[in-house]
Amino acid sequence: MSQFYTSTDHFTIIPAVMLALFGCAILLFDFLVFPDPRQRKYLLIFVALAEGFTGYALYRQTEWLTANGQTSLTGFGGSVTVDGFGIFFNWIFVIAAMIVAVVSYKYLEISGEHHGEYYGLILFAQSGMYFLATGTDLITLFIGLELMALTFYVMVGFLRTDKRSNEAAIKYLLLGAFSSGFLVYGFSLMYGMAGSTKLAVVAEAIRQRPLWDPVVFLALATTSVGLLFKISAAPFHMWAPDAYEGAPTTVTAYLAVASKAASIAFLLRIFMGPFWSAKEVWEPILSVVAVLTMTVGNLAAINQTNIKRLLAYSSISHAGYMLLGLVAGNDTGINGIAVYVMVYTFMNLGAFLVVVALRRQNIIGEDLDDIAGLMSRSPGYAVLMLIFLLSLAGIPPTAGFLGKYYIFLSLIQTGHFTLAVIGTLYVAVAIYYYFKIVRSMFIRESTEKAPMATSAGLRLALGVSGVLTLAIGVYPEPFLRLAQTSLLR
Amino acid sequence: MPSGYIPILIFLAVAISFPVVAILAAKLIRPAAPSVIKLEAYECGIKAASDSRGRYTVRFYIIAILFVIFDVETIFLFPWAVRYRTLGWFGVAEVAVFLAILIVGYIWAYKKGALEWV
Amino acid sequence: MHPITTVHYLALSAALLLIGTVGVLTRRNIVVILMSIELILNAVNINLIVFSRIWHNMDGQIFAIFVITDAVAEAAVGLGILIALFRNKETVLADEIDLLKW
Repeated sequence: MSQFYTSTDHFTIIPAVMLALFGCAILLFDFLVFPDPRQRKYLLIFVALAEGFTGYALYRQTEWLTANGQTSLTGFGGSVTVDGFGIFFNWIFVIAAMIVAVVSYKYLEISGEHHGEYYGLILFAQSGMYFLATGTDLITLFIGLELMALTFYVMVGFLRTDKRSNEAAIKYLLLGAFSSGFLVYGFSLMYGMAGSTKLAVVAEAIRQRPLWDPVVFLALATTSVGLLFKISAAPFHMWAPDAYEGAPTTVTAYLAVASKAASIAFLLRIFMGPFWSAKEVWEPILSVVAVLTMTVGNLAAINQTNIKRLLAYSSISHAGYMLLGLVAGNDTGINGIAVYVMVYTFMNLGAFLVVVALRRQNIIGEDLDDIAGLMSRSPGYAVLMLIFLLSLAGIPPTAGFLGKYYIFLSLIQTGHFTLAVIGTLYVAVAIYYYFKIVRSMFIRESTEKAPMATSAGLRLALGVSGVLTLAIGVYPEPFLRLAQTSLLR
Repeated sequence: MPSGYIPILIFLAVAISFPVVAILAAKLIRPAAPSVIKLEAYECGIKAASDSRGRYTVRFYIIAILFVIFDVETIFLFPWAVRYRTLGWFGVAEVAVFLAILIVGYIWAYKKGALEWV
Repeated sequence: MHPITTVHYLALSAALLLIGTVGVLTRRNIVVILMSIELILNAVNINLIVFSRIWHNMDGQIFAIFVITDAVAEAAVGLGILIALFRNKETVLADEIDLLKW
């Protein structure tokens, strides 16, 4: 050990190191040990090991924090901070990555693009997400963001011979690179104001300046462009429907859940950190963005006939609800975002997994017609999809209600009554288009009889998502306590 | 005008006037008797095959991408070189890790046939 | 005649940002759009180096190295995807990529 590196430094980044290490191992093992394409499913063992080690490391970090009675542990001179917030979000990434890896095997094989790199990319993206959730330095956060974004560009375009996949990838890449250019321009201004890239120093420098300081405003505006793009908030949402539709459905699930959760964590780190003292400036802006996001997401979803595109617009509107929690800005609101992200992970993963199950040889299975008569064909999937859709709409016995409840509670506590009313009204719109899918599943006649092409992994993942979506709604206490830990910063 | 810029101006003037003067002088002195063969693009004595602004094969892009990636990664070695003594064995270990990751990428690209000319 | 000050550098960087933005929004060729994005990142680099000089610390220069790397990675991935797209669709023009829309 030396002056540049201590054992606690090592401890703060070990999950990301594990993920990257196993990612590299997958790249090498793919052709050195498993040259036969049929053996590629064994690479799942590496993903499971990586997630196991990551989970264990997260557990050890939590233990360390409680044993030492501290709320956070910083490493590398304050570049990385392990706290309840970071650990909570990382558990979501672990679960999402594991579920996505398990269900991908069959889907990619049917699509004829089952390559070992896919599993490596999942892990590389996750190690980027680790730094998005735990980074407290502009450089760390930027690298985390780009590591995640670049792997996602590749994964969205993973079906190389499919024009839609190519197109989705190039659109996502161009808009993503453009927005992260703005983001990092904002970062450079923040560094210019503070003379340091540490978030704490930047926060102090911004607090010293007047409220409507033009440099602060420019930094806020440019940084917000990048952040709002990543969580697909209007008016920077246009990439989301295209990327979600064109990407392989398993990647769509990962993109919709893990990438969005990581971006929300990143957004909270920036807005609750450096920009917290300028809340008066950004609160009205974010309110408008949140309302606009819910409007665009909910209204555009009504006319969709492609299920993935419909769910993409629905996920845009969910980003609007999460932003409302930040607008409220009190502990209930931030805790509400954590609950919302957790709930959103399971219900949205579940909904996309049903779409994954619809993919068969020669049938893309993404259209509303493809899901028609699902109740008579495979009632199990239809009932699960019903649970996920009820939860997405936010109807009481399911988990989705809980997420929205805390957001609305925080809005009322802080006196944002208009926003709460608008949010509630859009729930009604959401019920309308979710029930388009339900009607198609339960009332319409089946158009084709081909059996579902499922795997044990897919059934297991669907079961876990379904049980958790119901469990969080029916017996929320342990999950709420878990989300409470995200307030420890 | 700061006097420091005057040498640059003189240099610019000389640099621009040199080719102008040379071409003008050649035009005045030389005899003009053009023919079809004389006006053809000269390509080491062989006949010109096609326009030089045609399409490149896509292979060039892949080679270019690989070159740029491995080229830019070396900029991470420069800060290490500058602070070599201060960083000591810690720096060596860090760079070893960095290069190991690069080598994984290199092996991968090699095995995938990205370096072969198809 | 005035010496070159911080404001000059920042104006140059802002101009580059603006040129890049206009380039991204108006150009049809995807390769040119990628080049415009590089301009934006170069604007960032100028900012970082200038601020690093003002504050007399290295953070900005380190940040700039990472931004350069990111620009390269983005270009590499972008060209890779563009080649895949070109093999399927025979175009690199942004307005001819129109399969996905609402």
